[in-house]
Amino acid sequence: MTTVSDALRTTVDRPIVLRRPNATTGAWSWFTTVDHKKIGIMYGAAALLFFVIGGIEALLIRLQLFQPNGSVLTASQYNELFTMHGTTMVFLVGMPMAVAFGNYFVPLMIGARDVAFPRLNAFGFWVVCAGAIFLYSSFIPGINGVPNGGWFGYTPLTSTPISQGFLPGHGPDFWSVGIIMLGIGSTTSAINFIVTILNMRAPGMTLMRMPVFVWMMLVVAFLTVFAMPIITVALIMVFTDRNFGTLFFAPAAGGDPLLYQHLFWLFGHPEVYILILPGMGIVSEILPVASRKPLFGYAVVVFSGIAIGFLGWGVWAHHMFTTGLGPVAISAFGLSTMLIAVPTGVKIFNWLGTVFRGSVRLTTAMLFSLGFIAMFTIGGLSGVMHSIVPADSQQTDTYFVVAHFHYVLFGGLIFAVFGGMYYWLPKVFGRMLDERIGKINFWTMLVGFNLTFFPMHLLGLYGQPRRTYRYDTGLGWDGLNQAVTIGGFVIAVSTLIFVVNVIVSITMKRGAVAGDDPWDGRSLEWSISSPPPEYNFAEVPEVEARDDFWHRKYTEDDDGRLLALPKGGAYGDDEPAHDGHGIHLPSPSIYPLVMAFGLLPIGYAAVYQSWIPLLVGLLVLLFGMYAWGIEPTTEDG
Amino acid sequence: MATIEQTAAGSTPATTGDDHAAGAHDPHATSTGVTHTKLAMWIFLASDCLFFGAFISAYMLYRGRNVGSGPTQRDLFDIPFTSATSFILLMSSLTMVLALAAIQRGDHRRVRIWLLATALLGATFIGGQVFEFTEFTREGLHVDTSLFGSTFFLLTGFHGAHVTIGIIWLLSLWGMSSRGRLPQAKAESVEIAGLYWHFVDVVWIVIFTIIYLVPQPGS
Repeated sequence: MTTVSDALRTTVDRPIVLRRPNATTGAWSWFTTVDHKKIGIMYGAAALLFFVIGGIEALLIRLQLFQPNGSVLTASQYNELFTMHGTTMVFLVGMPMAVAFGNYFVPLMIGARDVAFPRLNAFGFWVVCAGAIFLYSSFIPGINGVPNGGWFGYTPLTSTPISQGFLPGHGPDFWSVGIIMLGIGSTTSAINFIVTILNMRAPGMTLMRMPVFVWMMLVVAFLTVFAMPIITVALIMVFTDRNFGTLFFAPAAGGDPLLYQHLFWLFGHPEVYILILPGMGIVSEILPVASRKPLFGYAVVVFSGIAIGFLGWGVWAHHMFTTGLGPVAISAFGLSTMLIAVPTGVKIFNWLGTVFRGSVRLTTAMLFSLGFIAMFTIGGLSGVMHSIVPADSQQTDTYFVVAHFHYVLFGGLIFAVFGGMYYWLPKVFGRMLDERIGKINFWTMLVGFNLTFFPMHLLGLYGQPRRTYRYDTGLGWDGLNQAVTIGGFVIAVSTLIFVVNVIVSITMKRGAVAGDDPWDGRSLEWSISSPPPEYNFAEVPEVEARDDFWHRKYTEDDDGRLLALPKGGAYGDDEPAHDGHGIHLPSPSIYPLVMAFGLLPIGYAAVYQSWIPLLVGLLVLLFGMYAWGIEPTTEDG
Repeated sequence: MATIEQTAAGSTPATTGDDHAAGAHDPHATSTGVTHTKLAMWIFLASDCLFFGAFISAYMLYRGRNVGSGPTQRDLFDIPFTSATSFILLMSSLTMVLALAAIQRGDHRRVRIWLLATALLGATFIGGQVFEFTEFTREGLHVDTSLFGSTFFLLTGFHGAHVTIGIIWLLSLWGMSSRGRLPQAKAESVEIAGLYWHFVDVVWIVIFTIIYLVPQPGS
C-alpha cells in the first residue's frame, strides 16, 4: 500500500537461506561464478573432456572394424558405443564448444561487461553438466541403460515398450531424458545470447558493425531456440510410448514412425547449422587478422549466414529420401538442399577473397582455418551429391554418409575450434600456445583426418553399411578399414599433442607472454589485457566503425597502403589508468547450481518411475528457484 | 527470476565527451530499448510456440485415426462445459491486465485482488480439466487406448501444466506483494508474468478450436 516502505523492505529484510558466496578466486569460486569468462572456460574444458571421451568411443569402434569379423566388441556394445559417440559429439562437444567461445568472446566483442543474465548463464552450464552426468551414469555397471538406439533414436525401435523385447534395458530412457535435460541448458544459453547480442552492444556497435562471429552466434541462438522444443516433444513422445503406453509411433494402432523422423530432422537439420555456423564465425575472425585485410564482403557473409539459418528449416527431409515420401516431396527437398549450398559456397569464396593478396601469416590458427575451408568444401560437395535423390538412395546408410558429415563437422567445426583455440587462448590465459608444437598438431591432424575419413567415401560407394558391427572378408573393404582405423589413432595422437601444448604453454607457463594484442587484431577483445580483467572494459568503448580497433591503430595513405597511427589511438590510452573500482559486477550465486542439479533426481525418477526422487528433485528445484528469485543480482559491500 | 540483471550498469564517468556519452550512462539503457527480461520472455514464448506446435501437428496428423477400440471425440466431448471453462480462462486475461494496470499506478491492494482473481480463474480452468480427464478416463479413454487418447492427453496435459506453472507464478507475485516486496518500480515483473499468462490463453484458443470445434474428418 505504501510504496515507500515497499521499496525499502526489498533491500532490508531479505531472508537469507544460504550465505551468499563472495569468493572470486579458489576452487569453490568456479561453482558459484556468474562471470561469463569463467563459465566460458568451464564449457570449453567440459567440451574438450567429452571430445576425448567421444574420441575413445570412436577408437573402440574402429578397433572392432580394423579387421573383418572383429571380436573386440559384442554387437550390443557396438550399438552402445556408436550411439554414445554420436550423442556425445553432437550434444556434449559441438554445442558446448560453440557456447564456450560464444560465452567468452561475444560480450568482449560487443563491448559488454557480462551477458544479459549472468546467473541464467551459470544455470545453463550446470544443466549441461547435470545432463552429461545423467547420460554417462548409464555406464555404471548394473544400471543396464547405456543408450543403444543411435543418436537419432529412430522409432519404433526406441519407442516400443520394454515388455515387447525391443532394446531391453533403459537405454532409450536415459537417452531421451538426458537429451531433454541438455536441451533445457542449450535453450537458456541461447536466450541469453540473443538478449546479450541484441541489447548489450556498446555505443556505436550497430548490428552491421558486429564481428561475424557474433552474428553467427546470434543466428545459432535463434536456431537453437526454435529447434530444441521440437526434439523435446519428439523425445517426450518416445519416452511416453516406451513407458506409459502412448501410441504415437505404434504402427498397429495407426501411429506413424515417420512422424518421429520428421520431428527429429526438423530439429536435426537446423542442428547441423547450430554446429557449423560457430565454426564459420571463428574462421571469419581468424582469416582477416592473419591476412591483414578486412573480411571480403562482410555484408554478404552475414546475409549468407542468415540465409543458411532460414533455409536450414526447409531441407530436413533430405535425411528421409528413402522412406517413401513420394516424388513431389523428394524433388522439393532435393532442390532446397541444392539451394542451401549457394549461401554456403558464397561464404567459401568470401574467405578465399579475404586471403587473396593478403599479407598472409601462416600461424597455426591460420593453418587450421585454411584446413577448415578445404575440408569443409569437400564435405559440402559430398553434401550436394546427397541432394541428388537417385544418388542419395544408393549412398543412404553407407559409410559415404559417415564420410560426408565428418568432413563437415570434424573438418569444419573441429578444425575451426582448434584454430580458435590457438587464436584466442592467448587472450584467455595470457600465454601463447607453442607455434612449433602447434604446426605439428595441425599437420598430424590434417593427415590423420583425411586418412580416417577419406577412405570412408570409397567404403560407402563399395557398399559398406553404417552402424553394423562386423563385415565379412573378401568384400574388398579390408585394407580401407585398416587405413581408417590407423587414421583414427593419428587423430588421437594429434589431440594428445594439443593437450600437451596447452599443458606446457599454459599450465606450466612456458608459452611466451601474449600481451594485449598478439595477432594485431581487429575486434574489441584485443583492446583489453590478456587475460581480461573481471569487468572486461574499464571504459565502455565507443565504436565508430566496423573493425573499430583496427582503425584506431592504422590508417591508409593515398595509395591505400597501411600507415600505423601513433600509439594512443586505441581505447583508454589517452586516459589515466582505470582500476575498475566502482564497477558493479553481478555477485556469485550458488542457486544456478542448486537448480540445475535438482533436475538430476527428476531424471532418474522419470527413468525408474519412482516418486521419492521426483519429490526430492522438485523440492530442490523450487528451493533454488525461490532463493534465486529473492536474491538480488548484485550484492553491495 | 523476474529481476533485471542489468550488468553493464554503473558506467564510469564520461571521458570522451562526445554525443554517445548520454546513452552510455543510463544504467538501464539497452540497445533495443526493450528490457532484457521482457526480450527474453518474448524469445522463450516464441520457443514455446514450437513446443505446442509439434504436439498440435501430431494431433492433427492423427485426427480421425482411431484404429481399434476406445471412445472417440463424439462419444466424449461436452462442448458447452469446455466452452464455459475456456471462457473462464479467457476472462483471466482480463483480470491479468487489471493487475498490471493497478501496479502501474501503484494501487497495491488492487494488484493483490486481481492477481488472486487471475490465479483463481486459472485454477477453475484446471479444475474443469481435472474433471474432464476423470470423466474421460471413467468412460474408457486412457493414454494407451488409442492415438486419440495419446495425442489428446499429452497436448492438453502439457497445456494444463503451463497453466499450473502460471498459477504458481501469480501466487508467488501475490505473496511478494502481500509482504511488500512488489513495489511499483517492479511493475515489469507483473507485466512479464502477464505475457506468459496471455500466451498460455492464446495457445488454449488454438487447442480448443482444433480439438473441440473443428469437425472430425468423416463425421
